Amino acid sequence: MKIGIPKEVCPGEKRVAATPDSIEKLKLLGFSFVIESGAGDSSDFADSTYRAVGAEIVDNAKTVWDSADIIMKVNPPMLHPELGCEEAGLLGAGKTLISFIWPAQRPDLMQTLAATKGSVLAVDAVPRITRAQKLDVLSSMANIAGYRAVIEAAYHFGRFFTGQITAAGKVPPAKVLVVGAGVAGLAAIGAANGLGAIVRASDTRPEVADQIKSLGAEFLTVDYQEDGTGTGGYAKVMSAGYLKAQEAMLARQAMEVDIIITTALIPGKPAPRLITAGMVKSMKPGSVIVDLAAAQGGNCELSENGKVVVHHGVTIIGYSDLPSRLARQSSQLYSTNLQHLIEELCPRKDGVINIDMENDVIRGTTVIKEGVITYPPPPPKTAPAAPAPQLFAAPPVAAPKAAPAAHGHGGASAPSSNQSVAVLGLVAAVIFGLIGYGAPVAFLGHFTVFVLACFIGYMVIWNVTPALHTPLMSVTNAISSIIAIGALIQISSPGVLITILAWLAVVLTAVNMLGGFWVTQRMLRMFQK
Amino acid sequence: MSEGLITAAYIGATILFILSLGGLSHPESSRRGNLFGIIGMTIAVLATLFGPRVNGGLTFSLIMVAMVIGGSVGVYAARQVKMTQMPELVALMHSLVGLAACLVGYANYIDPTTHLVGADKTVHEVEIYLGVLIGAVTFSGSVIAFGKLSGKIGGKPLTLPGRHGFNLGLLIVVLILGNSFLGAESPANGMWPLIVMTVLALVFGVHMVMAIGGADMPVVVSMLNSYSGWAASATGFMLSNDLLIVVGALVGSSGAILSYIMCRAMNRKFISVIAGGFGTGGGASPTAAAAPTGDVSPVSAVETAELLRTAKSVIIVPGYGMAVAQAQHTVCEMTKILREKGVTVRFGIHPVAGRMPGHMNVLLAEAKVPYDIVMEMDEINQDFPSTDVAMVIGANDIVNPAAQDDPGSPIAGMPVLEVWKARVSIVMKRSMASGYAGVDNPLFYKTNNRMLFGDAKKMLDEVVRNLA
Repeated sequence: MKIGIPKEVCPGEKRVAATPDSIEKLKLLGFSFVIESGAGDSSDFADSTYRAVGAEIVDNAKTVWDSADIIMKVNPPMLHPELGCEEAGLLGAGKTLISFIWPAQRPDLMQTLAATKGSVLAVDAVPRITRAQKLDVLSSMANIAGYRAVIEAAYHFGRFFTGQITAAGKVPPAKVLVVGAGVAGLAAIGAANGLGAIVRASDTRPEVADQIKSLGAEFLTVDYQEDGTGTGGYAKVMSAGYLKAQEAMLARQAMEVDIIITTALIPGKPAPRLITAGMVKSMKPGSVIVDLAAAQGGNCELSENGKVVVHHGVTIIGYSDLPSRLARQSSQLYSTNLQHLIEELCPRKDGVINIDMENDVIRGTTVIKEGVITYPPPPPKTAPAAPAPQLFAAPPVAAPKAAPAAHGHGGASAPSSNQSVAVLGLVAAVIFGLIGYGAPVAFLGHFTVFVLACFIGYMVIWNVTPALHTPLMSVTNAISSIIAIGALIQISSPGVLITILAWLAVVLTAVNMLGGFWVTQRMLRMFQK
Repeated sequence: MSEGLITAAYIGATILFILSLGGLSHPESSRRGNLFGIIGMTIAVLATLFGPRVNGGLTFSLIMVAMVIGGSVGVYAARQVKMTQMPELVALMHSLVGLAACLVGYANYIDPTTHLVGADKTVHEVEIYLGVLIGAVTFSGSVIAFGKLSGKIGGKPLTLPGRHGFNLGLLIVVLILGNSFLGAESPANGMWPLIVMTVLALVFGVHMVMAIGGADMPVVVSMLNSYSGWAASATGFMLSNDLLIVVGALVGSSGAILSYIMCRAMNRKFISVIAGGFGTGGGASPTAAAAPTGDVSPVSAVETAELLRTAKSVIIVPGYGMAVAQAQHTVCEMTKILREKGVTVRFGIHPVAGRMPGHMNVLLAEAKVPYDIVMEMDEINQDFPSTDVAMVIGANDIVNPAAQDDPGSPIAGMPVLEVWKARVSIVMKRSMASGYAGVDNPLFYKTNNRMLFGDAKKMLDEVVRNLA
């Protein structure tokens, strides 16, 4: 049988469905090839290299579609700009199309294809079972997307990834947060770690924690108990309580990290909205977000599909064609996956494919057989293998009762939610209102002083270094003996009892006053470089 | 001195006090900060002494006598105290502030020169009531804290059955008494509710601190610090004195922030620490299944010295055990020897190591360990993987990996120093007994961990002999 490789017509697509290598292998099985001139140009496979392995080069896409029995493509069939007709219409009875289809999302395309009485194998429908891993294009492409996401981030990020100490000063390492640790997420973790960044990652599925750690990243947990493992290694939709805890965790991280790479997808649903505009705003200027789910609606509220936008000084990359941006690599992996698929279809190595619906892998992949729609397939008979690669990952995981990363010393704590701030504000307003309503004016003056002093205290004390907390306590002790002033004022009041009480108070505070300052001085003298 | 001058002096004193606390942001500026505090206090006291409210030579000499008596006691205590006893001293001084606030409150109440009517009178009486209440709680609570810290009272939390109900009952009675206090016609009538309330407040202070265990003392000490500030503030309100209000608020917020930092370092809620007893909030108890198993590998002091000598970088993690054994000077000596040999030695301090905030820092400073090699937990935690030897001296819970690995552990989620990530960790301990939290420590059973059993000071002395 003859396999045809038309040139991709989707704008910006650079990949090609067969490389000279894969053609050479498939020729051994008895297949011949017809290739549209220039099909491999943008992935750096010239026509001459195809000719060298014995493929026929033709000038016209129509010739390819007409003369081949099997068409191998990357993108789903679309309107052909040069021929002015639908690619889907070019498929004829008895022919087979192998490409991305997205059957669930494109019922219209499915109808058009079915009308041609041809057969269609959707590479995106390869069942997620161990035996099918070698032809799982989703994993191959996700792997590339994850890697490329880091490269894009590095390109737009104004600093090194790795920390360095140079003669020109110290460079802190970049902090990268990867949300969703499927194949793309894991690839991103590996790439970012390789560049020297500090990498953190989160996922709703607890079992990926070890995979994350094995690639050198820290596994972030959400303070909420729920397992996000769905069927087939995918993630599922999480409960509202979980999402809230997750949002709090991400909000904390957003303030800290320089780069966020989101890869969270849930099959058949819009991408979960994880990074809000507020989180983007809280990021440091110059930070970068790469949203791998931009085409599915985006994990980031502000990302735009296919574009690079800048909001609040944060660059948000919404490219949906990341694999295509690494065209040669993608084409190599994609064509190898297709080669494995053809091998599966042609077990007798006689150059003829047999769409055997008893074969689990082929049954799952075949979405139209001779004009009959066979999607969705019945559930696979083989159970998914435990460590099967997971493309679709999703947000952080409900790890058992782990604490928020709330250690450390420093003024800023996690931002409270707007709601709790509003409640607090309301309570404060009521209290102040009551005080203002009932209290005499003289008291209000003192109250003003009191409230302001509390704020000054708050500001000043957060600056105290933890090493000096003991001296801080002894000096505040000494200072609180200011209560002596009260005693001094009262000692002259009439009445022996008052004088005695006040006198005793002076004695007590004098102990504190001199003792406190003295011991503080003694301690502080000890601190030395 | 006119009222205007006095007010101006008070403003100056206020500024100096704020600068004094601000100076503590760095050891370099801290001594000048303390000086500011002393000057501020001097100005405030002198301005009051020479003001119109203090009259007559007799009063003056009375004050002088009081100052000299109190001052000498204070200076004597400050000179004699050992650095390991700082928490006790601080607790004791808190109790004095609390008592003084009580006394001033009573004196103010029976003072016949105040003539207030209507809302002013009510507000004034509320201020007195609150001032005495806070003062009394601070006083008795601090006395108990002092007893616990100095070992005169056992460190175990005293958990009476129905203690929350008891506290609630006290609160309700105090509120009822407050009502009758405010309704009183004359000081004579109002005196008995005030006295009964004082007694109840004292009981409450005792009960509150008794219910809290030894290692939660950093929270208690800083909380009492906060109370002593609020007591001063309340006194300021009752005397209409802004200086007292400001200083009280400064001290109060300082203590409150310290309490918060300490609670966060233990990953516990302030309420659950104050409610007393360990683990009452968490509910999780260490199960037999979770108990780590395996062999521990003991080492001798000679081997320890060998490990340290061949290391390139060493991190020392001190805990309360170092303070108990008074081993800080030996630790410093060891540090000095190692540094001379070109070993990078640093210290990792957990925020709640010891019995009060910053306790370890003061001990190491006393032993003349340079403060720039003493790091906070967050500064040093990422450096353990690149460290050859992590040496744990008298610490347990703050280096327990179960806090990160075992979600069922009572200390789960508490930030800990990750000593097990070092190439080798050495734990100095008297025995295999568990720490304050009563949790077994899986660190001891890790393959890269060594145990050096014995008294910290004695063993370190031996290590130092073998190093030199």
